Amino acid sequence: MLELKHISYTVSSPEGTQTILKNVSLSLPDGRLIVFTGPNGGGKTTLAKIIMGLVTPTEGQILFNGEDITGLGITERARRGISYGFQQPPRFKGITVRDLLTIASGDEKLPKDRCCHYLTQVGLCANDYLDREVDVSLSGGEVKRIEIATLLARGSRFMIFDEPEAGIDLWSFARLTETFEQLHRNHDATMVIISHQERIIRLADEIIVVSGGELLHRGSADEVFPLIMANTLGACPVLTRKENG
Amino acid sequence: MLNEIDAALLQKIADLTGKPVGALNIRKDGGCEARQSTEHIKIDARTDGKQGIDIHILDGTKGEKCYIPVIIGKSDYAEMVYNDFYVGEDCDVEIVAGCGIHNSGCDEARHDGVHTFHVGKNSHVRYAEKHYGEGDGGGTNIMNPQTVVYLDEGASIQMETVQIRGIDSTKRYTKIVCGKGAEALITERLLTHGSQLAESDMEIVLDGEDSKGRVISRSVAQDRSRQVFRPIVIGNDRCFGHVQCDAIIMGEAKIEAVPAITANSTEAQLIHEAAIGKIAGDQLLKLQTLGLTEEESEDRILKGFLA
Repeated sequence: MLELKHISYTVSSPEGTQTILKNVSLSLPDGRLIVFTGPNGGGKTTLAKIIMGLVTPTEGQILFNGEDITGLGITERARRGISYGFQQPPRFKGITVRDLLTIASGDEKLPKDRCCHYLTQVGLCANDYLDREVDVSLSGGEVKRIEIATLLARGSRFMIFDEPEAGIDLWSFARLTETFEQLHRNHDATMVIISHQERIIRLADEIIVVSGGELLHRGSADEVFPLIMANTLGACPVLTRKENG
Repeated sequence: MLNEIDAALLQKIADLTGKPVGALNIRKDGGCEARQSTEHIKIDARTDGKQGIDIHILDGTKGEKCYIPVIIGKSDYAEMVYNDFYVGEDCDVEIVAGCGIHNSGCDEARHDGVHTFHVGKNSHVRYAEKHYGEGDGGGTNIMNPQTVVYLDEGASIQMETVQIRGIDSTKRYTKIVCGKGAEALITERLLTHGSQLAESDMEIVLDGEDSKGRVISRSVAQDRSRQVFRPIVIGNDRCFGHVQCDAIIMGEAKIEAVPAITANSTEAQLIHEAAIGKIAGDQLLKLQTLGLTEEESEDRILKGFLA
């Protein structure tokens, strides 16, 4: 169980103080697949980064399985079972796909067939990729899929994926949704996926709409999806104002 | 006699353990510790009065290795060594050089070496050179290697130089002249720390038609160390040349990269790329999310970069 209690995050700039998250409280029970969705700049990624320790909240408390992890760094949280798939994963000169999977798994002698298993799940063939460096020679979509494979290799109890579909072609995307579905079915891990894709939203046990630094809606796909569609399709702010006024 | 320190140095610089198979010359503190020629590779002392050896590799020698490491276990010592390699035609050989210094005194230990290669037609040479220094006496370890290679028609050399830690000052000079269809590949790996200084001058002269030259240099400068790179590729005929220098800068280090390409023919195709930067923050964060500490992440990134 992960609990966020009264999380706020503000940043100061010469133009003034900007509030990214406003007093967000949330508990995520084990084994659930939760999708964070909502408009760009609404605070989804910041919220996810706060869970991983990549961003330190200005206020609030984070509990993981009852332990207060607010003061813990990224490494300690990773070692307690939280992992994070970056929206734009970094590239490494001289570090191969196999190296990354090995580091992620924590098993220095990670066998090839395990690597192959993780890569197949993201639609890549191990023979083509294992010894390739994770550098600029790989496309954005390839790096993204390798990123997801590192999370699979890590096998954490709490996995966060920040827009896993971004930069991935339609065919690979279909494979990826299957992987998320499978992962959810076969493991008791909690998954938080930040996504705008209907197919991923449909997989979720629960959808949380983050907007303007707050949790706007929370519910099942059937409950929340019509609200999102109403907001996106029918919601021209000017017209809405006219109708209301 | 080789002691334990010598044996450890030999393993570090030439991966030598036990008695190696193949041609061999181990130089220790200016003396010849071991020498072994084979049927196809002959090693002899020079006859012109200079320090060093002549290595003759017969035509058609394939799949053989030749080890010529140098170790220094003294302080207050300097040497200037000349080794000449004459590689015949149609050979495919590997030459493992390298120098290790264990300087436990407080004075300077210095090795200057000039290696000259004459590589015959259609021969391929793999040449590895590792430099390593250690010692706790506060004395300085200096190595100034010069390598000059002449590649005959269709010949090629793959040169790998590695200097990881322990060398306080190095001034390296490498020149490769490529004949028709010849190919030179230089990969350089360098890590400096403390207040070390490393300078590397390279010159690849693409003289012959369809010759190729490629330099891949990766370096890391830590603490207050300084590095200067001046790789030059000159194209005199239809040829292809590529220089790629990548450096990671840390602490208060300073790095200067001055690649130059000169075309003296309209058919010369030359490229240079040089990049210097610190370790990207997101790289460190990514590895931390995989359970490494910040320090372990940094080490892993450097290890990969210099691999």
